[in-house]
Amino acid sequence: MRRLLLLLPLAIFLVVAVFLYRGLFLDPSELPSALIGKPVPAFSLPSVDDEQRLLTQDDLKGKPALLNVWATWCVACKVEHPVLNALAEQGVVIHGVNYKDDNAAALKWLREFHNPYQLDIRDEQGSLGLDLGVYGAPETFLIDRQGVIRHKFVGVIDERVWREQLAPLYQALVDEK
Amino acid sequence: MMRSLVATLGLLLSLAVHASIDTYEFRDEAERERYRTLTEELRCPKCQNQNIADSNAPIAMDLRKEIFRMLEEGQSNEQIVDYLVARYGDFVRYRPPVTRTTLLLWYGPAALLVLGFGVLIFVILRRRRVDSAPAAQTLTEAERERLASLLDKKEP
Repeated sequence: MRRLLLLLPLAIFLVVAVFLYRGLFLDPSELPSALIGKPVPAFSLPSVDDEQRLLTQDDLKGKPALLNVWATWCVACKVEHPVLNALAEQGVVIHGVNYKDDNAAALKWLREFHNPYQLDIRDEQGSLGLDLGVYGAPETFLIDRQGVIRHKFVGVIDERVWREQLAPLYQALVDEK
Repeated sequence: MMRSLVATLGLLLSLAVHASIDTYEFRDEAERERYRTLTEELRCPKCQNQNIADSNAPIAMDLRKEIFRMLEEGQSNEQIVDYLVARYGDFVRYRPPVTRTTLLLWYGPAALLVLGFGVLIFVILRRRRVDSAPAAQTLTEAERERLASLLDKKEP
């Protein structure tokens, strides 16, 4: 009994060490989204390239897609843009939410850097962004064909992120009936 | 010299005063007070360890505006907090709700305190029992004589 008691500090140390070691690899800036498993919030916003054309949450249904929140003031979005272009070329469905942006600047950006988005939602006031719980662009939601949010990725999608994290999830949604 | 000193001081002060200031017109003191508690109790999703009252991040400004709008609409504090939690998750609350995952957080410290007192009482009681049970430590008559003779021998 006494012997066992002597081992107690070592046991406590090991438990604490395991937790601290795990903590080294956690990213506190990555928040779990409150919207996983919920449909994309209702919205009715114009398209970036056509003010007359109103887009709603129903337009996102039909195919699994990435919903990418971006803006021209967002430096990281510029890094991400070529990757999205490449994905769009491979046939990945990507919709864009132009978040709290100047529309003329957004149009210029899409003309100059190519437009990977099938739908360009113009969220000038940031209302859709707020409903989506966006706290910093770029953010990307993975939605299934019923328009339900299945996954959220915060930060720049590069080739590695796509290959290791998002591609399998996207493929799973495509394979879903 | 004096002038540059004053200028430096002025600069330092202006930095301190620069923290986010919005100019909202509240209907009364009570509403201002509610706005203050809400923005101080809610956490800025972008900046991790700041509440939305202190943060200068654009998202914090948006959320302050949103909270003000909801206060104007006459929504209750719970409604406003629920609205934000629905979008940003429990992360935005500096006062997390009691759920299964936060039980340890809420009651862990109290449980540790109770445990500590328990160990303390156990130790004290055991010591007292040893003190009040001297039987094992007393020597028999024969042993005492032997001890005395041993000690005597040692003396010069």
